[in-house]
Amino acid sequence: MSNKEIEYTTVSEVAGPLMIVKGIKDVAYNEVVRIKTSTGEERTGQVLEAFMNKVIVQVFEGTKGLDTKKTSARFIGETMKLGVSKDMLGRVFDGTGNPIDNAPPIIPEDRRDINGNPINPYSREYPREFIQTGISTIDGLNTLVRGQKLPIFSGSGLPHNNLAAQIARQAKVLGQKEKFAVVFCAMGITFEEANLFIKDFENTGALERTTMFLNLADDPTIERIILPRMALTCAEYFAFELGMQVLVILTDLTNYAEALREIAAAREEVPGRRGYPGYMYTDLATIYERAGRIKGKKGSITQIPMLTMPDDDITHPIPDLTGYITEGQIVLERGLHKKGIYPPIAVLPCLSRLMDRGIGKDKTREDHAGVSNQLYAAYAEGCDLRDLVAIVGEDALSDRDRKFLKFSEEFEKKFVSQDEHEDRSIEKTLEIGWELFSILPKSELKKIDENYIKKYLPKNE
Amino acid sequence: MIKESLKGKITRISGPVIEADGMRGAKMYDVVRVGDENLLGEIIRLNENIATIQVYEDTNGLKPGEKVISTDLPLSVELGPGLLTNIYDGIQRPLPTIYDQTGDFIERGVEADALDRNKKWKFVPTSKVGDKLKGCDVLGEVQETSIILHKIMVPPNIEGTLISIVNKGEYKIEDVIATISSRDREIKLSMLQKWPVRQARPVKEKYDPSLPLITGQRVVDTFFPVAKGGTAAIPGGFGTGKTVMLHQLAKWSDAQVVIYVGCGERGNEMTDVLREFPKLKDPKTGESLMKRTVLIANTSNMPVAARDASVYTGITLAEYYRDMGYDVALMADSTSRLAEAMREISGRLEEMPGEEGYPAYLASRLAEFYERAGRAKLLGSKNKEGSVSVMGAVSPPGGDFSEPVAQNTLRIVKVFWALDSDLADRRHFPSINWLKSYSLYLDEVSSWWKKDVGEHWLNLRNNAMALLQKESELQEIVKLVGPDALPAKERALLESARMIREDFLQQSAFHEVDTYCSEKKQYEMLRIMSKYSDLIQKAIENNVNIEDIISIKSRENIARMGTISNQEFEKKFKDIENELEQEIEGIINEVNKT
Repeated sequence: MSNKEIEYTTVSEVAGPLMIVKGIKDVAYNEVVRIKTSTGEERTGQVLEAFMNKVIVQVFEGTKGLDTKKTSARFIGETMKLGVSKDMLGRVFDGTGNPIDNAPPIIPEDRRDINGNPINPYSREYPREFIQTGISTIDGLNTLVRGQKLPIFSGSGLPHNNLAAQIARQAKVLGQKEKFAVVFCAMGITFEEANLFIKDFENTGALERTTMFLNLADDPTIERIILPRMALTCAEYFAFELGMQVLVILTDLTNYAEALREIAAAREEVPGRRGYPGYMYTDLATIYERAGRIKGKKGSITQIPMLTMPDDDITHPIPDLTGYITEGQIVLERGLHKKGIYPPIAVLPCLSRLMDRGIGKDKTREDHAGVSNQLYAAYAEGCDLRDLVAIVGEDALSDRDRKFLKFSEEFEKKFVSQDEHEDRSIEKTLEIGWELFSILPKSELKKIDENYIKKYLPKNE
Repeated sequence: MIKESLKGKITRISGPVIEADGMRGAKMYDVVRVGDENLLGEIIRLNENIATIQVYEDTNGLKPGEKVISTDLPLSVELGPGLLTNIYDGIQRPLPTIYDQTGDFIERGVEADALDRNKKWKFVPTSKVGDKLKGCDVLGEVQETSIILHKIMVPPNIEGTLISIVNKGEYKIEDVIATISSRDREIKLSMLQKWPVRQARPVKEKYDPSLPLITGQRVVDTFFPVAKGGTAAIPGGFGTGKTVMLHQLAKWSDAQVVIYVGCGERGNEMTDVLREFPKLKDPKTGESLMKRTVLIANTSNMPVAARDASVYTGITLAEYYRDMGYDVALMADSTSRLAEAMREISGRLEEMPGEEGYPAYLASRLAEFYERAGRAKLLGSKNKEGSVSVMGAVSPPGGDFSEPVAQNTLRIVKVFWALDSDLADRRHFPSINWLKSYSLYLDEVSSWWKKDVGEHWLNLRNNAMALLQKESELQEIVKLVGPDALPAKERALLESARMIREDFLQQSAFHEVDTYCSEKKQYEMLRIMSKYSDLIQKAIENNVNIEDIISIKSRENIARMGTISNQEFEKKFKDIENELEQEIEGIINEVNKT
């Protein structure tokens, strides 16, 4: 009798999200386990550690109701796989990959290991096609390109979901008609938050090119470990098999990291910073690094992971390790939000590492890099002056400094702030930038080539 | 006699760490083949019959009971012509070959030779029959790339009399090219050597470094220089530009061979290097930079155990080229990922953790790695010299330098380039904090600068540094009372310091010209800025209004000095200097008139 058919009832220990099964043989590391509780309920698990005759299993749907007498486990002989098909577009799945939209199950065209394989750096194509999101602070200062992973660092109560929905709604590559397919992966967010996205996709007709993987706040925590991997397996199929441009929205990575910590704690592992496991960097990398482009393939995966920084602390391990892996970050700030500015993007700590290669002549506009650098430098100086003003008062400032101060105020009002449904073209974004420069003395525009100053600076006099 | 290979079986699997029974007789750090797919692993602990093994590939689907075979050899790299221009993974498998075998994604169990067995190289013998040869003496030469002459050497542990050597001609790397008789034994040598990665290649004697490694980066060369054979650390939080900085060093430093190790970092960054380096030209030779470069890529999503191996692989390759008499520079991005890999493996071994979960041997491992750098008198009868310089990025969590990896690294390295996120936020790049950083090679390299570039180098450098220090003190006061409250003399001083910060320390890695600044140009820039500082002080003494001084036109010219090309800077700088003198003269005269 093959191992697949044996129902082991030798569960010896249940602790937290883990279960130990003894007296087994021939079970592989990471193999999937089908568990049946004493009441006949089915659950899924995965082997975390394999010994000669026992295994440690993590149970995705939680261990409530498992016992050491009647609960049975069946090892299915393979690691976690996801059936993929282009019919997955327009569908909604739960944390174990089953459809939950009352439509028939999909007929898979291929079954793929959800852990995927690392892309060979040799076969990667360097991302450099500008994605216009219609949001000035992103397009103008922290440009997103196709194949990039650019997270949004937010805090609880900030409108990061609205921002992500806006990006999903407006993102396009200039000069190309093809729209992005969206893979939306919700980990532990509330029904309300998920609904915001669903409604938005519905309203804009984007639902039919969207695949959703949902694990809501009241769903089993441990499922959150496999959910992003399923979503990315699906995205990889769309991008590299079907040649689609895929935008993956992952929210909220903080909940993912919590689940990871829960398992580590249950296994009594040596904790790293703040109790998160020492391998969290590697683990997060296996998610984020699945974004990218591949030479000779039409499709691409662009990732927008979102996370809420506990207590708005950017040095917390979750945003910190994320920032070390992703290609930049968009940071939301409570102060701006309180001032009524949407999107409340704190420009200074934001960064897009792939920006330099995605902008400039023939891509956006020749003056883009200069404008961006100058806006940054001038705004940074203005922000410094605000601190000074708080101590010495505005009267103590020189004329030059007052201009910088005014610049930073106007910058927040005109450049950063925009309506949730305003889709600004890159030209418009740069134009606003130039308008703002006219506040400053011309000799201070040191970061821009003189030719562009002649060409683009509005002539007031 | 063929030794019967040891065969055990897997008894436990936990992520990248497995245990195997029946391994008595296997040696520590021997390479083993794990499971039916022959995954590569290394023994890291022995206990009676049980060996604990770290596996360099993904262990998904591995089962207890599968076989483990010891190869009885330590983890080694292949050395010979064909290394340059190649890109390897952490255990020296060429990524292009893996691509040919498994496509766009890296699958498991791939076996690939590090060096092409079928390629023929033109070998030119330089030793002759009867020569008494020692380890690292040169048998002959191969033009590996248009700029690097690959010396085919006697392996370090062999010496004897050359009894045969092939004629000039084309040979494959495994062909026997020479025979040496050593203690009545005949040893056949080919162009291919192997060397265990965890063992440093021997040298006769280590020297103190004395020559600077010119990197073309102003803040590095002028302010915090690194020496050939020196060690440097670049710690910085995310987004502070560690990787761009390392790329800049790999591109422009005047080492003859560059080994770039991407250890646990982004895939796209390696792609960037692969895409960009072949196009860039070495300012000294005019040839493509790729021709002197070996890349080692173990990206963050590749197996964690191979991360540890990748830096050892890198440093062994570096030592090999050093043994030929070259100056080699190794960049490791990032050593924190190496430390984290150690922590992960150590955790799986259930070792008693040291600080923040890192193993207690973290410090000694880091020291071991950095100690393989250095300038040395090489083995062999010619008493040649070579050097390995090591520059490692450190990624401290939360940008906090008090964490164990940064602290243990600082205890070893001689140069510290502290990257600062405040500077990065305001786009001051390279974001090296001039007040926190230091270099202990300043004295060693200053005689070279004095002799080869300009007599006043050390003075100029120290004055500028003092100016910046003074500025930071003044800034404290400005924060309290505003700039207008300062006396004119000190406001002028702030102006000079601002010039050095904005126009000298800042350097654009993405500007065609500014990306590389020759040592002579650096010197001249600093000299002119120092002159500016003196002249405006003089103007203040002559009662010129500070606002008039700040708004002089020359100020703008000086700001654009960095972008003046290395060919024509001498003439243009002279014009700038003259104009500056005249302008200041002019405003002083104006005041004197009234």
